[in-house]
Amino acid sequence: MKQEQEKPKKFGMVIDLDKCTGCGACMVACMAENNVPFKENETNKLDSITWMRVYKLTNNKPFPMTEVCYLPRPCQHCEGLHTGHSPCVSVCPATATDYDMETGIVSQIYTRCFGCRYCMGACPYHARYFNWWDPVWPEGMEKMLSPNVSPRMRGVVEKCSFCFHRYQAAKDKAFYKETRAIAEDDYQTACTQACPAGAITFGDLDNKDHAVYKKKQDPNAFRLLERLGTNTKVYYLSRKEWVRKAGDNYLPGEGLQKPRRIHE
Amino acid sequence: MSTADDNEREVHGQETDADGGGHDSGTTVREGGGFVLLFFIIGFAASLVVGWLIFPNLLYSQKKQPFDFNHALHMGEVDNGCESCHFFREDGTYSGVPKLAQCVACHEDVQGDTQDETIFVEKYVSKKREVPWRVYSRQPDCVFFSHAAHVKMAKMDCVTCHGHIGESTSLPVYEENRLTGYSRDIEGHHLENLLCLKKNTADRMKMDDCAECHLEKTGRKTSVQTEKDGCFVCHK
Ligand code: HEC
Ligand code: HEC
Ligand code: HEC
Ligand code: HEC
Ligand code: HEC
Repeated sequence: MKQEQEKPKKFGMVIDLDKCTGCGACMVACMAENNVPFKENETNKLDSITWMRVYKLTNNKPFPMTEVCYLPRPCQHCEGLHTGHSPCVSVCPATATDYDMETGIVSQIYTRCFGCRYCMGACPYHARYFNWWDPVWPEGMEKMLSPNVSPRMRGVVEKCSFCFHRYQAAKDKAFYKETRAIAEDDYQTACTQACPAGAITFGDLDNKDHAVYKKKQDPNAFRLLERLGTNTKVYYLSRKEWVRKAGDNYLPGEGLQKPRRIHE
Repeated sequence: MSTADDNEREVHGQETDADGGGHDSGTTVREGGGFVLLFFIIGFAASLVVGWLIFPNLLYSQKKQPFDFNHALHMGEVDNGCESCHFFREDGTYSGVPKLAQCVACHEDVQGDTQDETIFVEKYVSKKREVPWRVYSRQPDCVFFSHAAHVKMAKMDCVTCHGHIGESTSLPVYEENRLTGYSRDIEGHHLENLLCLKKNTADRMKMDDCAECHLEKTGRKTSVQTEKDGCFVCHK
């Protein structure tokens, strides 16, 4: 007997860059939530791990026209132009990273990964990070790690999972009540909840009742490197044209283009 | 440099040589072949014995529980069946192995005269220390398991996956894999498991065992890579 199939979901984010102040609360919340390892000296950004990373953009104009915008960048959970053909999944020789059609989340199984780092080369967003060392926690901190996220070891790649363990917890709670219905509030990522400005909205992009459904249709919505066809699930909003232009590769003098959208 | 044809001729030449010289020693060659076969069979049998009977015993170390526990006896004492000790929390997570809090109501003092109870009360209850139970079914850190999905939604009973521990009068010996530190219950205890002929679901609980039942019962093929369940269904 096969159970009735659930309607597939497509979890994604809409991040309002005009609201983001660059405070970094999302980065901190993410590190704590996901047992992300850190070192005493984090000045070398090439070997530090930040699943959620806030970038600073400027319009390169002299004072007083200078403008600054902060752009939080989680894993974009690319769907690709045909289903599940995201850049990293298609190159992984170990089946360590996978695209789940039920949630639209790109998973990373650390115990399967053998550290070839093809996926890091394939990812256009620098969303993937390599563990050059085994994590060393300050004394006593192992006891504070979350049991819901497995810790990583030296030699494997890790990245943002859209706090998937929170979806597992939400499903458990629903199953206990013998239902499969999960409310929008029951599954929210740590960064979404930590943002003091409310810049991040998270939900099912295909569900008309979720806030992200409306927001992604905003005329000011854009996605990073949209013209590559990665078909990401993280949308950004900004009223400033230079910010929207900074999200993709533009030739000098080329005007803002309306990219083709794969899912509405 | 020789061409492919030259090579062929050379090979043929050698063959005829060997045929010509080997006529009268034909019988010894056959005897030698018999010995080789015999040694091969003995060696093969010996490595099977080592691999299947001796190595598994070397691979696992036997560990005792802190003290024995009698399920059958306790089922007669509690009011709420298994759920008196193994219950779901409000948020859908599973309590798993009971904490001291589920025992103290009855075990403030020693009631009977078994040594197990004395150890329990003196070493744990009176010192308010949790019992460091070894969990037979414990999966690796990276595995996510949901009792709610199986017990509440799929209505499976405990015996399907755990065997008859719930009706037993004493706890089995815990066997730990010396290399991985995992419980032997995951890999299975019997020879059949090595031969892939498992009889009960509870005999072995490796990834393929979970995935096989999932494919059969739910029919989900949502993983792009494996056309089975997505990895994040059971991993975290
Ligand atoms: C409803 C009351 C009750 C609860 C709750 C209870 N017990 Fe008992 N337990 C008993 C009784 C009655 C005996 C039998 C005493 C005797 O030997 O006469 C017993 C016997 C035992 C013994 C000795 C016999 C054996 O080998 O099992 C141990 C050890 C023990 N209990 C441990 C526990 C632990 C651990 C818990 C908590 C998970 C627990 N008990 C919870 C009532 C209870
Ligand atoms: C009085 C409390 C109590 C009751 C009632 C009880 N159990 Fe247990 N159960 C325990 C304790 C204590 C253990 C020992 C923990 C261990 O094996 O590591 C245990 C262990 C188990 C385990 C082994 C878990 C593992 O993998 O290590 C299973 C399975 C189990 N119980 C099932 C049941 C079932 C089924 C019932 C109802 C028929 C039941 N229990 C009723 C206290 C209880
Ligand atoms: C689909 C198979 C399955 C069913 C049905 C099932 N279990 Fe389990 N159980 C498991 C697995 C797998 C684990 C190990 C979970 C882990 O390590 O994350 C486990 C763990 C446990 C543990 C130890 C949890 C801990 O880590 O402290 C107990 C106790 C237990 N189960 C009792 C029960 C009882 C009682 C029932 C019946 C109501 C039941 N289980 C039904 C598969 C099952
Ligand atoms: C004998 C069959 C069987 C075995 C063995 C089994 N499962 Fe399941 N599992 C099911 C069924 C049926 C469901 C679907 C329950 C539902 O949603 O109605 C399920 C659901 C789940 C879910 C929730 C999935 C969801 O809907 O999000 C998880 C997690 C899970 N199983 C993990 C495991 C793991 C890990 C193992 C192995 C240790 C395992 N299961 C072994 C039958 C099984
Ligand atoms: C149906 C549940 C289920 C699914 C789906 C699943 N796994 Fe597993 N996986 C397990 C269980 C249970 C274990 C632990 C038992 C074992 O070693 O087989 C495990 C173990 C592993 C291990 C070894 C970990 C260790 O520490 O020994 C790796 C690697 C792994 N899985 C990778 C994957 C990948 C990659 C996928 C997706 C393609 C996947 N798994 C999908 C249940 C599952």
